[in-house]
Amino acid sequence: MKPFAALLDRLIYTPSRNAKVALIAEYFRQAPDPDRGWGLAALTGGLDFKGVKAGTVRGLAMERVDPTLFAWSYDFVGDLAETTALIWPERLSNRAWPGLSEVVDRLSGAQRSEAPEIVADWLDTLDATGRWALLKLITGGLRVGVSARLAKVALAAYADAEPAEIEELWHGLEPPYTELFAWLDGDGPRPSLEDKPVFRPAMLAHPLEEGEIAGLDAAAYVAEWKWDGIRVQISSRGGETRLYSRTGDDIGRAFPDVLDHVTFEGVLDGELLVVIEGEVRPFNELQQRLNRKTVTGAMLKKYPAFVRLYDILFDGREDLRALAFSERRNRLEGFYARAAPRRMDVSQVVEFRDLAELEALRVSSRGTATEGLMLKRQDSPYVAGRPKGLWYKWKRGPLTLDTVLMYAQRGHGKRSSFYSDFTFGAWRSSPETGEDEVVPVGKAYFGFTDEDLKHLDKWVRDHTLHRYGPVREVERGLVLEVAFDSVHRSPRHKSGVAMRFPRIARIRWDKPPGEADRLETLERLIE
Amino acid sequence: MTAPKPESWIEVRPTGLYVRPGDFHVDPTRAVGRAVITHGHADHARAGHAAVAATAETLAIMAVRYGAEPEQAKQALLPGAMLSIGDVSVTLYPAGHVLGSAQVLLEHKGSRVVVSGDYKRRQDPTCAPFEPVPCDVFVTEATFGLPVFRHPDDRDEIAKLLNSVRMFPDRCHVIGAYALGKAQRMIALLREAGWDRPIYLHGALQNLCDLYRAHGVDLGDLRPATAGQKGVPRDDFKGEIVLAPPSAIADRWGRRLPDPVVCMASGWMRVRQRAKQRGVELPLIISDHADWDELLQTVEDVDAPEVWITHGREEALVHAITATGRRARALSMVGYDEEEGA
Repeated sequence: MKPFAALLDRLIYTPSRNAKVALIAEYFRQAPDPDRGWGLAALTGGLDFKGVKAGTVRGLAMERVDPTLFAWSYDFVGDLAETTALIWPERLSNRAWPGLSEVVDRLSGAQRSEAPEIVADWLDTLDATGRWALLKLITGGLRVGVSARLAKVALAAYADAEPAEIEELWHGLEPPYTELFAWLDGDGPRPSLEDKPVFRPAMLAHPLEEGEIAGLDAAAYVAEWKWDGIRVQISSRGGETRLYSRTGDDIGRAFPDVLDHVTFEGVLDGELLVVIEGEVRPFNELQQRLNRKTVTGAMLKKYPAFVRLYDILFDGREDLRALAFSERRNRLEGFYARAAPRRMDVSQVVEFRDLAELEALRVSSRGTATEGLMLKRQDSPYVAGRPKGLWYKWKRGPLTLDTVLMYAQRGHGKRSSFYSDFTFGAWRSSPETGEDEVVPVGKAYFGFTDEDLKHLDKWVRDHTLHRYGPVREVERGLVLEVAFDSVHRSPRHKSGVAMRFPRIARIRWDKPPGEADRLETLERLIE
Repeated sequence: MTAPKPESWIEVRPTGLYVRPGDFHVDPTRAVGRAVITHGHADHARAGHAAVAATAETLAIMAVRYGAEPEQAKQALLPGAMLSIGDVSVTLYPAGHVLGSAQVLLEHKGSRVVVSGDYKRRQDPTCAPFEPVPCDVFVTEATFGLPVFRHPDDRDEIAKLLNSVRMFPDRCHVIGAYALGKAQRMIALLREAGWDRPIYLHGALQNLCDLYRAHGVDLGDLRPATAGQKGVPRDDFKGEIVLAPPSAIADRWGRRLPDPVVCMASGWMRVRQRAKQRGVELPLIISDHADWDELLQTVEDVDAPEVWITHGREEALVHAITATGRRARALSMVGYDEEEGA
């Protein structure tokens, strides 16, 4: 427990990705087997203890602590697990801390009624950090700012391996991943993937820069639309089927409408979309179905899911990844004709004579459910990661809006002395008073140079109205031209709209804030 | 003759705690005629009093902060030596808070009151340890007057810091520490743990470190954390430890530091959300105040039938002391800052 508690205690304060990777990799070096495997499972969201809830924790605390003092402390700290961890009366004890595997074994083997006593016994043994980590672990949701993907990247960094190798094995393995660690440490064979519907690391595209277009050998490429959904992989083998995001997260449970009808074996690459009567719906509708563990019948009906197939990696058990794109494309069409999978179709090839024609098509695609075009070299094999020169994404130019800077927040690490996260707004007339006010429409922390940042930081410091911890509210005095890919309705935001991928395009030192755009302008851009 | 009740001769005024039969204040919150000062932190030792009695170290700290104040009558008191002011005997005892910090024992016609100022019970290589003084009323602060505040062992916190320095050799560790007391204690603790590299200081810490050294506290090799080439972080700070006042780190001063790991040494770091709000990446729970257990233990040690609580989380401490059969009362005094120095 000790190395794991120390790790969580560092991660919760560490904003930098590289520093998180270094901390997790160090944990894999320090912690023994099988504890580190359980630690990896906890970080990747693969542990679930059913018997211990917030109420259990509160009950334990009440048995040991004056309720009045507990209530005041909870008011001050604001988090039940942390309050309990800090306030728990310490007894001098020479007992060893439980290992992570002991925690997992005993709790998963215990009756629900036995759990509180087991937990209390551990709380008597641990120190404040240990108690906090234990309570976070067993009540679910570590919330230390680490995604499953990042944990795997850290594992790769630990073993000096490629993240793709770990991704490919990942879904064929179970906690505590002893075989995986043995292989990474050079003490065992590569775990076998026979009969498992594992994730095959995805091939990604480079953005096509303006300067590269002229030099492109157009005849060597095939064009397709870049549909505005999320990239997914359908993997089916040995009677099991999974739906993975492009980072290898298993998202299948929320998409039975796609998976329930799969009868084939193979691995397919495509775009997950909401399609109603053959028409691709805006991304916002797909958003309603993402990040959910389960799905209701009403949602299945209102936002039916669909996969537009881009590629085939395995046909049956035959690995096609070394074949050229054009050959795989033939195999994909053959597969589709043969298997006729429901709620799927094959992405169309966009015919073009030259780049000028393609450019015209790209520009005219605004208002459709695409983000632009994909260009894929006909002879490209399917390579994990983002290899150079094989696939390009050629997005439409972004939309822009002149906004007013409202709040600035200090950054982290190299930017910890700079106000570098900017919240900006657009004008509207206030629903209460009818007077013009600025309402926030987005937040961005990139798009500017280091030199720009120095000027922005100075401006923020010189025009502060209020300070709220690391945040400053500033005078409505600076116009930021913001670029974004699209905008959609969002009841969660005060303005009622949310931008996709906003970034600072230009700082308009010259422009009077009164001439910045109005919210209505942004609303007209909703697709 | 029975001794007078303490509340009959000591009162809480807007100017602070006033001792009527001696016509003086203890740690007044604004300039007064005559003051007895417990220690040199700015909220306890203010400028402009006509006459001041304190330890020699506290007087020296005040001189560094406020200049010589030539108009002021100063009286240096040795610990344990009694001074009569009017009808009151005043004796100072070490409080263990910072260099020169003292508790004030006030005696008047057989009634004994100890004003403890700020104090801690942990070992501190930079100042004399707290001495419990039996009394009728013990006057205490309650900065950490909640049972969630239990400071861990300093050595574990320093080990956490040195472990991080080892793990991130390409970054600089900057520790936010109050200029008086905390900064020197951090340096002394680092030296005890075997860190013998130079430690770099923000300019605001230099004078007080010099003063500590002049009073015989060994702080090792200290160097100014001057800026390098304009606007460029000093690469030679990678792998080093720098100390600065907390406010300077977030300010432009911090730009001389290469990719800093921002650390903060304070008892408040015990509460994670507090540490996160301040943008701290490595919290170090090191405090110059008593934690909850020590507040209660100290009340037991001085065995006072009555406790007055000046400021902090008074209600919880009143509740806990009352439960032990003693009387406790919140004075709710304003003017004592409990943020930075804790």
